[in-house]
Amino acid sequence: MSLLPTFPATAGQTVGPFFGYALPFPHDNELVPPGTPGAVRLHGRVLDGHGDPVPDAIIELWQADAEGNVVQQPGSLRRDAGPEEQGFTGFGRASTDDEGRYAFTTIVPGAPFFSVTVFARGLLNRLFTRAYLPGADDAFLEGLGADRRSTLLTTQDETGYVFDVHLQGERETVFLAYPRHLP
Amino acid sequence: MTAVATSDSASQADVTAEIAAIATSYAEGSGGETQPRLDYPPYRSSLLRHPTKAPQQVDPEGVELWAPVFGELDVDATEADLTVQHAGEPIGERIVVEGRVLDGDGRPVRHQLVEVWQANSAGRYIHQRDQHPAPLDPNFTGMGRCLTDADGRYRFTSIKPGPYPWRNHRNAWRPAHIHFSLFGTEFTQRMVTQMYFPGDPLFPLDPIYQSVVDPAARERLVATYDHDLTQPEWCTGYRWDIVLTGAHRTLMEAQQ
Repeated sequence: MSLLPTFPATAGQTVGPFFGYALPFPHDNELVPPGTPGAVRLHGRVLDGHGDPVPDAIIELWQADAEGNVVQQPGSLRRDAGPEEQGFTGFGRASTDDEGRYAFTTIVPGAPFFSVTVFARGLLNRLFTRAYLPGADDAFLEGLGADRRSTLLTTQDETGYVFDVHLQGERETVFLAYPRHLP
Repeated sequence: MTAVATSDSASQADVTAEIAAIATSYAEGSGGETQPRLDYPPYRSSLLRHPTKAPQQVDPEGVELWAPVFGELDVDATEADLTVQHAGEPIGERIVVEGRVLDGDGRPVRHQLVEVWQANSAGRYIHQRDQHPAPLDPNFTGMGRCLTDADGRYRFTSIKPGPYPWRNHRNAWRPAHIHFSLFGTEFTQRMVTQMYFPGDPLFPLDPIYQSVVDPAARERLVATYDHDLTQPEWCTGYRWDIVLTGAHRTLMEAQQ
């Protein structure tokens, strides 16, 4: 098996403007119920190249649990189904509001970063990034210039962590490509 | 309904010329692109929403090497049929769309979530921001989900969506399409795309479809009419396979 895939990946396309009745699901942005001991918010804004809010974006969050383990359990789409509420699955979605704001209720991962994907009208393919916990340091962050590095670091506020996504502009977020991604 | 002035007074001819200029320039280069251009000016909404810096190459680690797991708990079997979600039957051409989700090494993506959404047969989305003065269908929401089977196969029953106008430029129309959202075996494979129907006359005019500048890559977004999927006295059938990027975890395991 080589790094180069045998088959070229199907092209992505924009999520468009009308995903709002399809991709969101009940409690999609609550990886744990609000009020859970230890719950924090991960929140921020999605902004365009003029610094204006992007009100039609959807952010996905995928993260390890508090011990740093990756949960492999179903139930993200039906968090309140069944005789007992589903446990933490590590996956969530949050749509932006008219001010471009999104928010998750979650737990602090026992790992340096949250994995984040960004979809929006006007964005022709999904973007991958990482929201690192404050003070995180690893070889990848180390390899970035200070300005660029800061776009991946969350900042702490009284409710949890803040992570703004700048699609373009002076503070453009560092977006990621993995070795097996082709242009 | 008050018509909203389009923010761009370009005509279809102007946009078609922009599309053609980019296509010519691509044809003269070395080719090999598989994904859409993020910076594709004919799609006006992309102007301020595309990153200008190249993505940073990084080796996936931790959660990136795993995907969320979905199961029977998440998806009801009836969600794969978009024609039975209401009291009556939706208006339109009943279709089945079937295919496989594969990874870049050709392996099936098993028991994984596939989500779809689409306009109704009149080209109208149920979304409240859709202002197209075409009728809503009380018997059609236009959203479905399923899990792939052990061969990576998915299957939806729906009605064929109509083309619809949008305000990218004057008299802009999108070719009929179904939105697909896909997960792989690791999060690096996450993707959202659109499936089109063969022979659509709007293909050359549409900046979103044409943002995939490689002709072969573009063609892979188009389903195939498959008479073997067509059912007598019931519906026509389309086949569309989806290939995700290669997985890294299995590659790393293979090399150990």
